[in-house]
Amino acid sequence: MAADSYDDVAKNKDSIPSLEVPPQDLYHAKSWWTKYIFCQDAKVIGIQYALTAVAIGMVGLVSSWLMRMQIAFPGVIPMEAGAYYQLVTMHGMIMVVYLLTALFLGGFGNFLIPLMVGARDMVFPYVNMVSFWVFFLAVIILAASYFVPGGPTGAGWTLYPPQAITSGTPGGDGLGIVLMLVSLAVFVIGFTMGGLNYVITILQARTRGMTLMRLPLTVWGIFTATVLALFAFPALFVAGIMMTLDNMLGTSFFMPAIVEFGERLTYDGGSPILFQHLFWFFGHPEVYIVALPAFGIVSDLISVHARKNIFGYRMMVWAIVVIGALSFIVWAHHMYVAGMNPWFGFFFATTTLIIAVPTAIKVYNWVLTLWRGNIKLTIPMLFAIAFIITFVNGGLTGLFLGNVAVDVPLSDTYFVVAHFHMVMGIAPVLVILGSIYHWFPLITGRFLNERLGRIHFWVTFIGSYSIYFPMHYLGFMGVTRRYFEVFEGDNFTYSIIGINQFITVAALITGAVQFLFFYNIIVSSKFGKKAGKNPWKACSLEWQTPDVPPTHGNFGKELPVVYRWAYDYSVPGADKDYITQDTPPSAVANAKAEQT
Amino acid sequence: MIVAVLVVLVTLGSVAFHMWSPWWWSEIASNWVGMDDTIILTFWITGAVFVAIGLFMAYCIWKYKYNKDKRADYEPENSKLEWALTIITTIGVIALLAPGLIVWKNFVTVPKGAYEIEVVGQQWYWMYRLPGKDGVLGTTDIKNINDDNPFGLNTDDPHSVDDILIDADDLHILKDQTLKLNLRALDVLHDFYVPQFRAKMDMVPGMITYYWFTPIKTGTFEILCAEYCGTGHYSMLGYVIVDEEEDYNEWLSEQMTFEETLASNGKSDLIKIALNKKNDL
Repeated sequence: MAADSYDDVAKNKDSIPSLEVPPQDLYHAKSWWTKYIFCQDAKVIGIQYALTAVAIGMVGLVSSWLMRMQIAFPGVIPMEAGAYYQLVTMHGMIMVVYLLTALFLGGFGNFLIPLMVGARDMVFPYVNMVSFWVFFLAVIILAASYFVPGGPTGAGWTLYPPQAITSGTPGGDGLGIVLMLVSLAVFVIGFTMGGLNYVITILQARTRGMTLMRLPLTVWGIFTATVLALFAFPALFVAGIMMTLDNMLGTSFFMPAIVEFGERLTYDGGSPILFQHLFWFFGHPEVYIVALPAFGIVSDLISVHARKNIFGYRMMVWAIVVIGALSFIVWAHHMYVAGMNPWFGFFFATTTLIIAVPTAIKVYNWVLTLWRGNIKLTIPMLFAIAFIITFVNGGLTGLFLGNVAVDVPLSDTYFVVAHFHMVMGIAPVLVILGSIYHWFPLITGRFLNERLGRIHFWVTFIGSYSIYFPMHYLGFMGVTRRYFEVFEGDNFTYSIIGINQFITVAALITGAVQFLFFYNIIVSSKFGKKAGKNPWKACSLEWQTPDVPPTHGNFGKELPVVYRWAYDYSVPGADKDYITQDTPPSAVANAKAEQT
Repeated sequence: MIVAVLVVLVTLGSVAFHMWSPWWWSEIASNWVGMDDTIILTFWITGAVFVAIGLFMAYCIWKYKYNKDKRADYEPENSKLEWALTIITTIGVIALLAPGLIVWKNFVTVPKGAYEIEVVGQQWYWMYRLPGKDGVLGTTDIKNINDDNPFGLNTDDPHSVDDILIDADDLHILKDQTLKLNLRALDVLHDFYVPQFRAKMDMVPGMITYYWFTPIKTGTFEILCAEYCGTGHYSMLGYVIVDEEEDYNEWLSEQMTFEETLASNGKSDLIKIALNKKNDL
C-alpha cells in the first residue's frame, strides 16, 4: 500500500499531487438499520441501487416474454390489446430508466467511483443515501400503477400526447399516466442528488496524484454520462410537469383542439410536437447516459483481461467527451417523420452522422487493444468481445436511421426496435453482465462459478443476437412496431410468422438463462471460490484496498497516492505484467513506462 | 480457438442471412427508388466495416491467446494509425450522408403541379378528401366537425362545395399521377404508411403535414398506421388501390361531393353561403 508520506510525493518529479483532499468524517453505522437500510456507505448504496433496479427490471423482462408470446403465439396467453400496450410501455420505461440508468449510474457509479478515484466515500454521503431512497420511492410509485383502476399507462415509453392522456389509450384517462409522470419526476429528483455527488466526487475528491488524465475510462464514462443526465433529465421533468398540468388542470401545453370519438375536448392551441422536442432532448442523451458508462467499463475489462494498455487512451477520453457533447444536438433524428419542419432533417442528419466518427474511434481502439495483446478469455473478456460485435452491429444500423432519407421507410418499423435493442439494450447489458463477473470478487471476495458463467455467456450472447439480428429484416419488409396483432398482410413478400416464432423462442431462452445467473450469484456469494486480493492482476485502485471486500472508508488508514495511469500492463522491463497505479516509480525502476 | 471460430461464424452468418434469407422488402411501387438505393449503398459500406471488424477481432483472439511466457505489446498510442482511421471513417460517413441528403432534398421539395389530396386519420380509421372540379381543397376547422360534416369543412368556403369526401378506409389513386398528401389527424398522432411506397409522415392534430410521391405500379397495397395511436392502433388499416385511368374514373364517378352528401342528409342549407360565393367567383 501507499505508505509514502506527502513529502516523498512532492520530491518525486514523476508525480503531480492533485488537490489535497481534506480528511472526511464518515458516519459509521451504529445499528443494523444504518448499516443495511439507511446506509451512507457508497458501496452499500450502489448495491441497493443495483438490487432495486434488477428487481424492477425483472418486471420488464417478464413483460417482454408476454409481449413476445402475443406476437408469435397469439392466444396462448390470452390478453387484450390494451394489456399488450401496457406491457410494451412498462417494458420500455422500466428497462431504459429504472434498470439501465439506475444500474449504471446509481449502481456502478456508487460502488466504483470512490474506489477508483481513491476517495473514502462520496463527498455527500447523506445526500447519497437520500438519493437511493427517493429512487426507491419512484420505483414504488411506478409499481403502484399496476394496482390502480385501469392499470398502468399504455402510451408507449415515449408517452406522446395527445394519446398519452386521452381515453383511447390504456391508463390515459385514469391514474396510470399520472403515476408514471409522478414517478419519473421523483426519479429525476433522486437522480439529481446522486448525480451531483458523482460529479463533485470525481472533480474534488480524487486522491493525490490522480489527475483527470489518469482516471480509468470507467470513471470517465460514468462522469460524462452523469453530466449528460444532469442536463437532460430536467427536459423530461418539465415535459412531465406540463403534461400533468394538461391532464389534471386542462391546460394546453401539448394539446391542440381535438375531436375524440366524436366529442370535442376543451383543449386548444397546444403543440404535440413541442412535447416530442422536450422528450427527445432528454431521450437522445439518455441513450448515451446508458452507453457511455458501458463504453468506459468495457475499455477497462478489455485492457485488464488482454493484459495490455487501452489503445489510444487520450483519444478514448476525448471521444467520450465529444460524443457526450454532440448527443445534445442530434435529438430530432427521432422525429424525422414526426411532422416537424422538414428542413431540420438536413441539420440533424449531419450532426447524427458526425457522431459516428468518435464512436468508430472507440470501436477501433477496443479492437486495437486486443491486437498484439495477451488475451485471457475469461468470462468478463467474453462479454466484452460479445459487446463489441453487438455494439458494432447496432451502431452501424444507426447509420441507416440517422441518414434522414433512409429513415423514412424504416422509421416506426421493427428495424428501429432491432437497432435500439442491439445498441442500447443488449450491448450495455452485456457490459453489465461482464462487469459483474469482473467485480464480483471485489464485492464478495469470491468468484462466480465458471461453468455456469460460461453457459450463461453463450446462451445470452447467441440468444440475444438471434433475437435482434433477424428482427431488422422485419423492418425492411415494413412490419410496423407496436402492433398487437401482426398481420400476414399483402405487404409482406414472405411469411413473418416463422421469423416471429423464432425470435420469441430465442427471447424466452435468453431470458430464462438470466435466472441461472441469479442462482450463480446467490450460491457463489456464499460458496464461491475464494478470490483473494486483486485476482485479475488489475492496475486500478479499487483492487488495491487493504481489505477485500473493501470496508467503509475504502483505504484503511491512509489514502493511496497515484503515480501513473490505470493501464500499465506489460510494461517492458517490469518484473510483472502489470504495475498498479499506486506503485511508486522507485519500486519499478527498470520499467520503461511511456504514459503517465 | 472456439471463441475465434464463433466470432467468425456470427460475422459471416450475419452476411449469409442477409444474402440468402427470403425476408426482404416488397417491390417498390412509387418513385422513391432513391431511398432503396441509399439503403443498398449503406448496406455495402456498413457491411464491409462489420465484416472487417469481426474478422480482425477473431484473428486477434486466435493469434494473441494468453501465454504466460509472453507479454503483450506496449504501445499506448499511435497517432498516425489513429488519424488514418479517423480520416477513413470520415470519408465513409460523407459517402453515406451525401446521397441521403440529396434524396431528402427531393422528398421535401414537392413538384409543381402535384395533385393535392387529403388524408384524415382518427381513432381508428382513415378518411380521404379530393379537391373536386375546382382542383382546390376547401379549408377546414376542427370546430366544424359534426355528424353531417365529419371533415370539419368550412361551410362558407366556396372551394368546399365540390370537395369529394371518401368516408372509408380505402382510397383509389391514379398510376403515374404525382400526389401531394395533405395529412390531418383529428384526435391523436397517426401515420399514413404504405410499405411499397416507402414514404411516410406523421399526422399531427392541430397542423397539416404532407409528403409527396408518384405511384408507378397498379395494384392493391395495404395501408398501415405507423404511429402509435392507442388501443386500436394495430387495426387501423386500409387499402390504396392504384388504378389505370379507366378504373379510376369509374371509381371517382361513384363518390359524392360535400354538397351531395349534405343534400342526401337534408342539410343543404348549411352551405348556402358558400354556394352564393361560388356563384360570385
